[in-house]
Amino acid sequence: MIMAKTAEELAALQKEISISEFFEKNKHLLGFDNPTKALMMAVKEAVDNSLDACEEAGILPEISVKLKSVSEDRFIVTVHDNGPGIVKEQVPKIFGKLLYGSKFHRLRQSRGQQGIGISAVVLYSQLTTGKPTRIWAKTNTQKKATYVELVIDTLKNEPKIVKDEEVESPIKDSGVIVSIELTGRYRKVQGIDDYLKQTSIANPYARITFTASDGVKTIFPRSVNELPKQPKEMLPHPYGIEFGILLRMLASSKSRTLATFIANDFSSTGAQSAKDICVAAKLDTQKIPSSLMREEIDALLSAMQRAKIQRPPLDCLSPIGGKELEKSMKKEYPSSEFAIAVTREPSVYRGNPFQIEVGIAYGGDLKSDEQMTILRFANRVPLMYQAGACATMEAIKEIEWKRYGLQQSGNNMPVGPVILVIHMASAWVPFVSESKEAIAPYPDIIKEMKLSIQDAGRQLSRYLSGKRRTGDQQRRLQIFERYSVEMATALHVLTGKDEKDILKKLKEIIENRNRLKEASQKAGDTGEEVAPLAVGEEKGEEE
Amino acid sequence: MADEIKETKRKLAEMGEKVIVTLNEEGSPSIDIPLRTLSNVVFDKKTKQLVLGDKSAKRYFFNVAHSKKFMQTMMVGSFCKSLLDESIHASIRDMYYNLKRTLPDSNENTFDEQSESDPLIVDIEVALDTLREHLHLTTDRKGIVAGNVVIRDRGDEINWGKLGSGGWSIPSTVDEISFEKVDAEFVLVVEKNAGFERLHEDKFWQKNKCILIGTGGQPSRGTRLLIQRLNKEHKLPVYVFTDSDSYGFYIYSVIKSGSISLAHVSDRIATPEAKFLGLTVSDIYKYNLQKAIIKAKEVDIKRAKELLQYEWFNKNPRWVKEINLMIEKGVKAEIEALSHRGLKFMSEEYLPDKLRSKDFLD
Repeated sequence: MIMAKTAEELAALQKEISISEFFEKNKHLLGFDNPTKALMMAVKEAVDNSLDACEEAGILPEISVKLKSVSEDRFIVTVHDNGPGIVKEQVPKIFGKLLYGSKFHRLRQSRGQQGIGISAVVLYSQLTTGKPTRIWAKTNTQKKATYVELVIDTLKNEPKIVKDEEVESPIKDSGVIVSIELTGRYRKVQGIDDYLKQTSIANPYARITFTASDGVKTIFPRSVNELPKQPKEMLPHPYGIEFGILLRMLASSKSRTLATFIANDFSSTGAQSAKDICVAAKLDTQKIPSSLMREEIDALLSAMQRAKIQRPPLDCLSPIGGKELEKSMKKEYPSSEFAIAVTREPSVYRGNPFQIEVGIAYGGDLKSDEQMTILRFANRVPLMYQAGACATMEAIKEIEWKRYGLQQSGNNMPVGPVILVIHMASAWVPFVSESKEAIAPYPDIIKEMKLSIQDAGRQLSRYLSGKRRTGDQQRRLQIFERYSVEMATALHVLTGKDEKDILKKLKEIIENRNRLKEASQKAGDTGEEVAPLAVGEEKGEEE
Repeated sequence: MADEIKETKRKLAEMGEKVIVTLNEEGSPSIDIPLRTLSNVVFDKKTKQLVLGDKSAKRYFFNVAHSKKFMQTMMVGSFCKSLLDESIHASIRDMYYNLKRTLPDSNENTFDEQSESDPLIVDIEVALDTLREHLHLTTDRKGIVAGNVVIRDRGDEINWGKLGSGGWSIPSTVDEISFEKVDAEFVLVVEKNAGFERLHEDKFWQKNKCILIGTGGQPSRGTRLLIQRLNKEHKLPVYVFTDSDSYGFYIYSVIKSGSISLAHVSDRIATPEAKFLGLTVSDIYKYNLQKAIIKAKEVDIKRAKELLQYEWFNKNPRWVKEINLMIEKGVKAEIEALSHRGLKFMSEEYLPDKLRSKDFLD
């Protein structure tokens, strides 16, 4: 006999399916599509949280990452930071509830926008190993640490606390330790090592140590000792708004009328623009925001996007900074012979302020017959996968690299001993997909990226042509030296003069020329050619 | 001859001294080499010869573009000095091999091709106002001669009329030969060896009392000097017989006025009195050779138009007419085209007819 299920029972069943099955089905979208990446994601989510927390609390980050191998494909990742810690009540919500966070409801340049969150890692851990996640959190030197072991109740999307106690901990003043066991694979390339190295480049004020499962410790030291200025929060700009967000904003607004809603809940709007928008949308300015019907919201949205409104404020951005980026590139690539970084002025795409930074490291151990290495960042977070879909690649391919002294065939990636860093800072980085690994190719963004690359490229080509000149000069002198011996012999045969004297004289002049060159370089000369020895030297005409 | 050697040695030494002076006093060795481009070649109307102008270029050892050539020039100079010191001759190819070596600490050679050393000889000739022959450099023998002439060469007596089918190969240096007996009324210079063979076999030189010279294309310096000596020393008229095309005409002008590339030696090897016998373009029509013509190519026409730019052609209305006719008709003809009228037509009808009527171009 078939038992009929009630609607409530069906709903419960559906919900039960939803959270873990949704995760299973969408692993790739969330970034857990391969075991190497899964391991890296665990480190990334924890480290991103640590960095955000430290910055907000004004603490220079000191983060240690430890990897312990349980079996060939099972690891324990432990991340320990010196941040402000987390108050006891918040711990379960942050780690045990998907889509929970302070970042979702505000517009502010932060790393958090870049991932699915630490709770997804917790879920992945419990789905692959069945183990709870362990968290130590300490907010005050005087207090003991809170120790929590938890899993996620996949039925309710709620944290389920396994253990909860006050303990002594290795945390010195304040901070968090999170320890997660999960299946994965450890590989250096596009794994934890690359992620931490790149994180260190984009966060030069952080000190990060990594202890691999074989006990080998890698230290990524600070290259600057100051925290960047904190980005300000901003209200959404009418040009960047989407239907869903507008709907939510209308529903939760504290403004009593549509006019005040437009004027107060958005950036760059005022009473006049609010009125203009209402007129254009054929809506009453006195309407209660939450009462708008679907068609009315559509009209409002399109009126907002057509209205003449000033660009948003730009102080919500916190770039790495040209000098800082340059320093950290020199630190991470100490053998490179040249490093330069530029920070463009902020710009706006669809109402969202953004800023592009580009750094170039050249030469040294870098291979000159391979494609250049491209490191992509969004809000200081390394983007390590899906390069092909990223706006950065489009920008790079549109550059004529030959102009900057590199090889490039057609529209392919340029070849040369170069590390190219591209960073986009924005309160809202547009990603092509939920895994948030490729920046969407908006024309405004690509344009700014190209301009930044060209800025840096010009400096590279200036350096290279200077180098070429020096090399040419060196080669020239070598040529003269090589020809001098035969010259001396021939002149001896012709005149009977002593061969050694002639050779000595020739070498003396070449030596002097070399010294002159070095002296001019030391004097900060631009590396231009030393004045020719003979007046009108280049005028000699040859058939 | 001994004076000549002494003088050339002095000039070579002087060239070296000058370089050493610039080295010691200016700290930058340099040398002046007269330019040998068309821009520095002028046609001397009086002597009807091409001569070198007075433009020159300085070569600097401490200039990357000049450095190697500078070294090479000095090497060629010193090689010639050694030849003169030891009183021996060498071919220009010998010289190339003798001077070719790898420079220290490199994989670069002093010379890679003979084409690098050859022009430097001319540079030195021009710079020192001397001749390759005086530098004791020889080239491959090129050109043949036959006729009723007896000469003395390095002590041996040679009869140009008793050398069977071959004739005498003209050496690169003919300064030192002396004429014992010259029994001829004119000199006929044929551009092609094939033409020479034809006329030699037909005993043309015997029947017409002339000296027959085959140049085998552009005449060598030895051949040109020999022509000049026969003209100057023995007052023999010189008639040039070439293909009816731009290259044939230019061969004639080289014999008569000298060449652009060797303008510095024109007065020593040109024969201003030489006259052009044929094959003219008009001859093609006059002697009914239309069936034996070749269609002129684009380069032929281009070269013909260049000839019209040369003073020594465009001052003579008959030459202008001939060249224009060629451009207009777009034709050219080889001397062998005369065989179209029978193998002996050349030696028994065409040439005697031309000589009789004195139908020459100047």
